[in-house]
Amino acid sequence: MSGLAPAIVAGIVAAGSLGIALIAQAQADARRSGFESMGPATQAMQRDDRENPGMLWVRDGEALWSRKAGTADRSCADCHGAAPAGMRGVAARYPAFDARLQRPVNLAQRISLCRQERQQAEPLRAESQELLSLESFVALQSRGLPIAPPADPRLAPFRERGRELYRQRMGQLDLACAQCHDDNAGKRLGSSVIPQGHPTGYPIYRLEWQGLGSLYRRLRGCLTGVRAEPFPPDAPELVELELHLAARAAGMPVETPAVRP
Amino acid sequence: MARALIDVPKSPRRGEIIEIRTLIAHPMETGYRAGGDGRKLPRDIVRRFSCRYDGELVFSAEFFPAVAANPYCAFHTVATASGTLTFTWEGDNGFTQTEAVAITVT
Repeated sequence: MSGLAPAIVAGIVAAGSLGIALIAQAQADARRSGFESMGPATQAMQRDDRENPGMLWVRDGEALWSRKAGTADRSCADCHGAAPAGMRGVAARYPAFDARLQRPVNLAQRISLCRQERQQAEPLRAESQELLSLESFVALQSRGLPIAPPADPRLAPFRERGRELYRQRMGQLDLACAQCHDDNAGKRLGSSVIPQGHPTGYPIYRLEWQGLGSLYRRLRGCLTGVRAEPFPPDAPELVELELHLAARAAGMPVETPAVRP
Repeated sequence: MARALIDVPKSPRRGEIIEIRTLIAHPMETGYRAGGDGRKLPRDIVRRFSCRYDGELVFSAEFFPAVAANPYCAFHTVATASGTLTFTWEGDNGFTQTEAVAITVT
């Protein structure tokens, strides 16, 4: 009897952990990219590179990749080589920790830093054509690869703050990100389906914008939507939120350049 | 930044009906919107698109303010002979862009 009890307990524990694993898997499977709630015409636009207007920026980025800039007279390609090999999977790992700045940086900030430090060139203005083009070109090299947030322990406190921020009520409407994108995702706000808010395809070509835009533009849209004051473009909160969103979407495939309504 | 994406079948057979797809970067500002300062933004759209196959006009279209930014245009033609397809977009403020794509008919 005394020998059987631990076996039963072990069995229950095993079944319990199996249950947790199954629930976790079911939850993972319940994640949906915004792509899936789009109309078939918009989906076709994203699927086909000849129809996807985001590719206009990607082509620009490709040209910028090998263009020399700054007093160092170096191009991205001079250090990183051909992008399809050198940049494969890089975008899927961002935001990442920058040891010199002692804080996380996202892909656009990384490109800007590289430009200033290695190329000795003028920094690119946030969300400028050039920066969006380079960002989309680099992110394209990770298309189809799973989002893989780094396990770097130095990122943990920032990611945790992002998680808190995601649940923090904001603005005159007193709404948190989670209230729409976790609790009510899949329902409608007006005529639009509320997406789960996974940042799988940034920079995205948004039909509403009639152009390519960054994740921060999207977040700004949500913030003004709940009538909160948007964070300035260099605010640490934005990178913290991005860290949380990336962790939330870990394993989902990168879609850049995605098209969204 | 002159940018256009053009998709022409690589090596169609003679007499084959081919689909040609084009996408050009253009803001297509309608002329009806107000800018941040409340003033009306002047119209800036592509007015006309045409495609010539070895000099012969095979397709043309007129665009209007209701057409979205970065207009996409797909059309069909018959692959008659190897040659050059010339695409021209013309619009407000003297906008003009021409792209040429070679086609090899087998």
